[in-house]
Amino acid sequence: MTNKTVAIIGGGIAGLETSIQLEKLGYNVSLFEKDQTLGGHAAKWDRLFPNRRHATEVIESLTKSIGKNIQLNLASPVNKINRENGSFVIETNGKSQKADAIVLATGFELFPASKKEEYGYGIFENVITSAELESMFSSNGKPLMTNGKAPEKVAIIHCVGSRDEKVNRPYCSKVCCVTAVKQAIEIKEALPNTEVYCFYMDLRMFGPGYEELYKEAQVKGVIFIRGRLSETSELEGNRLLIKSEDTLSSKPLKMSVDMVVLMVGMSPLSSTDNLLKNLNLEPNHDGFVQVKDYHLMPTHTETDGVFVAGACTGPNNITDSVNAARSAAIEVHKYLISK
Amino acid sequence: MVNFGFSPLPAHIQDIDIADQSLSINLALNEPSFNLCIACGSCTATCTAGSFTNFSFRQMCHHIRRGENQFAIKESEKCMLCGKCTLACPRNVNTRNIIGLVRKANQNI
Repeated sequence: MTNKTVAIIGGGIAGLETSIQLEKLGYNVSLFEKDQTLGGHAAKWDRLFPNRRHATEVIESLTKSIGKNIQLNLASPVNKINRENGSFVIETNGKSQKADAIVLATGFELFPASKKEEYGYGIFENVITSAELESMFSSNGKPLMTNGKAPEKVAIIHCVGSRDEKVNRPYCSKVCCVTAVKQAIEIKEALPNTEVYCFYMDLRMFGPGYEELYKEAQVKGVIFIRGRLSETSELEGNRLLIKSEDTLSSKPLKMSVDMVVLMVGMSPLSSTDNLLKNLNLEPNHDGFVQVKDYHLMPTHTETDGVFVAGACTGPNNITDSVNAARSAAIEVHKYLISK
Repeated sequence: MVNFGFSPLPAHIQDIDIADQSLSINLALNEPSFNLCIACGSCTATCTAGSFTNFSFRQMCHHIRRGENQFAIKESEKCMLCGKCTLACPRNVNTRNIIGLVRKANQNI
């Protein structure tokens, strides 16, 4: 046992896993979470790709492993961290706490879909985000329109706030393709007579089981159209008209649907800007936290004693976040025993 | 030679070895964003001319990349230079300048 304390900022998947690993290595852990609950974005998700297990299963197995040397600080946003004689002083809710090392696991925010004004989010009824579809699955088990009826035709739009220089998000958010395919299958399962269309540019099925999920969607009758949405407009009776190019036949395409689901990408969390400046951390070219060496030190930062894990460094899936968390825990351990 | 009434069919494959890359190279030099297209079709989807004719900016660029320049040059005449595609393009391709350069290439031939 040591009497050293590590502060973890963020109680999502990465923050929880880092805390658990560091406690097992014998450290005292102070976990700071800005919300009332743990689990981050994953806690708002119904089921996970590729095997569609419930997100609560993953989160519960993490929260069960929280031991007595992890001090939980919920509803505790951290806006300032000061350095004092080689250690850190974390300020939250008007109180300050000391720590010997910091792990930032602050995560991301979903791309604000209303920034793509032409897609109609916040303007037309029944234009929703992938996150809102997940909460519909959690509460109703199926998507429902604002009039309480099930949609008969749904369009899923890939790359909203990803691969788009017009909204300053030139990067690929990596997880939306497989999320779209997962959600398409789930709509088909819940509403077998509903037609589901995916508008994609490329389908980036990079992980184990992802390509199989794509094939499953094809088998279940999901229709894939290669083209980016250009605009949504409203038709009579609250229906929506969407336009794109059908690039495989080189013709403009239009279709009427009942519901449009926007696959919002992962964006850097703007509320941590001050904290990062405070710790002398620069954003990378996409606006996420810059790591020390992308290949060899992916959980180090340029600031001594400050480590990173999870989606604050860029779009991650849960596996990436868990791996980064374990890597960060080992690196914190190596840092603290040599200190 | 006896004429049997048969002749070889013209090749129906993209033969990159003999494709005329001159216009493609010229465009990439004078408007480097020509190479940045990810073929999403936003340009065609928003195209004012495309609603009335079979014009597709994305397809025109693809014809140029495959050396089908005469076809592409003819296509470029359909554009009305309204600029909506420039507003939509997620890679900030300077579509208007590309149309201008393709038309200019026509004058130089």
